[in-house]
Amino acid sequence: MVMGTNDKGGENAAYSQMGGVVKTTLTDDSGLLLDVRGLTKVFGSLKACDAVDLTIGRGEIHALLGENGAGKSTFVKMLFGALEPAAGTILWKGNPVAISSPGEARRLGIGMVFQHFSLFDALTAAENIMLSLEDGAQINTVAERARKVSEAYGLPLDPYAHVGDLSVGERQRIEIVRCLLQNPELIILDEPTSVLTPQEADKLFETLETLRSEGRSILYISHRLEEVKRMCDRATVLRHGRVVAQCDPRQETASSLARMMVGDEVKGVERGARGGDKGNALLEVRRLSSRAAHPFAVELSDITLSVRAGEILGIAGVAGNGQGEFFEAISGEVLQEDADVVRIRGQSAGRLDITGRRLLGAGFVPEERLGHAAAPLLPLSQNLLLSRYSTDAAAFLAPLGFIRYGAIARAAKRIVDAMDVRKSTEDPEATALSGGNLQKFVIGRELDRRPGLMVVDQPTWGVDAGAAARIRQALIDLAKEGAAVLVISQDLDELFEICDAIAVMHKGRLSAPLPIAEATYEKVGLLMGGAHAGDPQARTEEMA
Amino acid sequence: MRLELIKRPQQSPLFSALSPFLALGLTLIAGAIMFLALGKNPFSALYFFFIDPLLEVWSLHELAVKAAPLILIGVGLSICYLSNNWNIGAEGQFIVGAIAGSILPILFPAFQSWIVLPLMLLMGIAGGAAYGAVPAVLKARFGTNEILTSLMLVYVAQLFLDWLVRGPWRNPEGFNFPETRNFHSYAILPEMLPASGRAHWGFAFAIIAAILLWFMLARTLKGFEVKVIGQSPRAGRFAGFSRTRMIIFAFLVSGGLAGLAGISEVSGAIGQLRPSISPGYGFTAIIVAFLGRLNPLGIIAAGLVLALSYLGGEAAQISIGVTDKVARAFQGMLLFFVLACDTLIHYRIRLVKPAPALAAAPANERVEKHA
Repeated sequence: MVMGTNDKGGENAAYSQMGGVVKTTLTDDSGLLLDVRGLTKVFGSLKACDAVDLTIGRGEIHALLGENGAGKSTFVKMLFGALEPAAGTILWKGNPVAISSPGEARRLGIGMVFQHFSLFDALTAAENIMLSLEDGAQINTVAERARKVSEAYGLPLDPYAHVGDLSVGERQRIEIVRCLLQNPELIILDEPTSVLTPQEADKLFETLETLRSEGRSILYISHRLEEVKRMCDRATVLRHGRVVAQCDPRQETASSLARMMVGDEVKGVERGARGGDKGNALLEVRRLSSRAAHPFAVELSDITLSVRAGEILGIAGVAGNGQGEFFEAISGEVLQEDADVVRIRGQSAGRLDITGRRLLGAGFVPEERLGHAAAPLLPLSQNLLLSRYSTDAAAFLAPLGFIRYGAIARAAKRIVDAMDVRKSTEDPEATALSGGNLQKFVIGRELDRRPGLMVVDQPTWGVDAGAAARIRQALIDLAKEGAAVLVISQDLDELFEICDAIAVMHKGRLSAPLPIAEATYEKVGLLMGGAHAGDPQARTEEMA
Repeated sequence: MRLELIKRPQQSPLFSALSPFLALGLTLIAGAIMFLALGKNPFSALYFFFIDPLLEVWSLHELAVKAAPLILIGVGLSICYLSNNWNIGAEGQFIVGAIAGSILPILFPAFQSWIVLPLMLLMGIAGGAAYGAVPAVLKARFGTNEILTSLMLVYVAQLFLDWLVRGPWRNPEGFNFPETRNFHSYAILPEMLPASGRAHWGFAFAIIAAILLWFMLARTLKGFEVKVIGQSPRAGRFAGFSRTRMIIFAFLVSGGLAGLAGISEVSGAIGQLRPSISPGYGFTAIIVAFLGRLNPLGIIAAGLVLALSYLGGEAAQISIGVTDKVARAFQGMLLFFVLACDTLIHYRIRLVKPAPALAAAPANERVEKHA
């Protein structure tokens, strides 16, 4: 929870001891920090940003909302100098500026924390920070400065820890500390809470409050509307590259914000009646353990679960606790030594590769869309073939392995229509789609063949509200038709919305599943933090 | 002042398509400058180098003779490079293919039948493929770097050939010259049009191989597998494709084609083994593969261009009196410009002035911080 205001005095004293780190020109005037007018970016025939206006005052937390593909990323990339605008002006403290590179942005006082971190696993936190500083400071100096900043802002951090050993939340702290060391006046945060536990997110909000109280401004990109309502002073909503609304999120409801983003009311997910009686177990995992394949991998130990027909089982957990390894073990990208460890539809599948498991009726959607679920430079139709060439060989392949291009193009079109995938050309390369649209496609690709078992890792990571609702509904519908669905997700709202039971993965171990009727955010959140199901008390004390 | 490469957010499709032609044009300009520096008239030099060899029929045959091994090896390499396997050792696979294919006519000269030639070709393919399998197995099994192992095996193959022709395989009636006996007539790859010139059936093999591999890459599941694994090994694994099997496949195909090129060259163009049987075809084919943009049909065109540079080098020696090293210089410039054009299509250059001048204000701030 947010700390009481009485703590602020003590903390402020700490900042003033830090010399120049927070020295800014905050007190100069009350004018706008950033005033963007008519910013436009065109990719081919697509106007990614169309005359976007946006202003940010000093000490303001400004939310940037929009569906995937609405132009949020393009917009902030132009602010951070990673893309060049086609038209429009950026006024920084009242003066027009041309931001030609991220270095230039940093010199002006604009810092950015990316959604996907850019850290080297094998280096320490301090070494990673040093790489981004341009002043050639010694490692000890950097570590000391990082430690001071991290303490002042409530971002506990060991500068000498190797990044590979840290949790996602801790890695994000490194990114934020690295950004703060540049002494920015405007901090851009891209979906910062999507990787955090509820408790970690609360800590982040405290840090943001502190930054705001110092007069720094924050541009906050998120699709979590509750968070935006809670934190942000103003919001700008983008749709199809245009500003459709500017509002005070505190005066709005989550559904009115969602309506601005997608243009009409987001349909809530309909669970329908849940029968108490489920069918046979379609996925059984018994005592699955694995050794770490490389120094930064997580060992799985003794995981047992089963998912029955018509059931959706959720696996919660903070990223990096073995979900990726677990997914690969279930999908058959990594084989088990004992064939009976994984059983799909009653058949031993532990020694079958992913193709063999697909042929048993399983469908898989991994966490990473580009480079794992899809090959970036191949068109969508060929990416359809990626996971379906064996199960649909009769439809998609002719003798001698010749590909029936007409058939895969028609199937791709069917999926695009069913999942409402938005694209700029007939059959674009996977990398040309926005994240949410590609996710709809790779999920639709599996749904299209009506799998008996569906295993999805992070189904709606970084996906906008409209697309996420569609994906969740599709998973529920699939379960209703009698499939077993296993959903691995860090998004608790999502798991509570769709699952029949939730288990938690922590350091490669899986808790017993909590039936949804008994599960609460707090119980799950504590398990995510490493408490054992039996004694949540101990963990609460540790955190206090 | 220093240079930085900045990735372009979008690449121009027009310039991607034009890139090989731009590279050719730039090579010609640089070549003209080179001839000028050598004190020759650049226009007549370029004429003798690139135009004159195309005006005579016999000379076109020579072009096909030189292009055959380049195209055969180049299309094989395209499979390797598309699947992210960096086979640099085609020269060695070419030589071992030639040696393996020559076993019958050299060790069993009495065995004379129409079956000899097909057997020789098959043995050449097998030899090249087996030699290509060495770096492949090392990479698949032990994770060695195939660039190093395949390249080092080239020197092993060259020295082994040298030893064979000076030692055990030396022609007993050859007055101690370091060469094997001449192949008997059943062991000679025939000329396609004996009336007009020397071009042998190796050129037909090259065209057929290019077309077959083009079909494989563009139309079949195997070609799809090559592209997926090359672009993204994880997506390949997700698709259920085996990276290990792909390593072996790519090296066997390119080694086999290099071996076929080797035995075709020896039985078609040379007629015996000598200490040196290749003017660096295996290395030049790397340029061919990239100039052809790793597309087998593009590689046919690129192979002809590079073959012309060999012919031009020979012609230029005679007509304008420059060394044949000029051909190597042209090939080098061509590869340089192809890679440079591709790089500049993906990146733009930015000049970075020394840091203190530009970052004056922040630098001061940092000084304060340290103080």
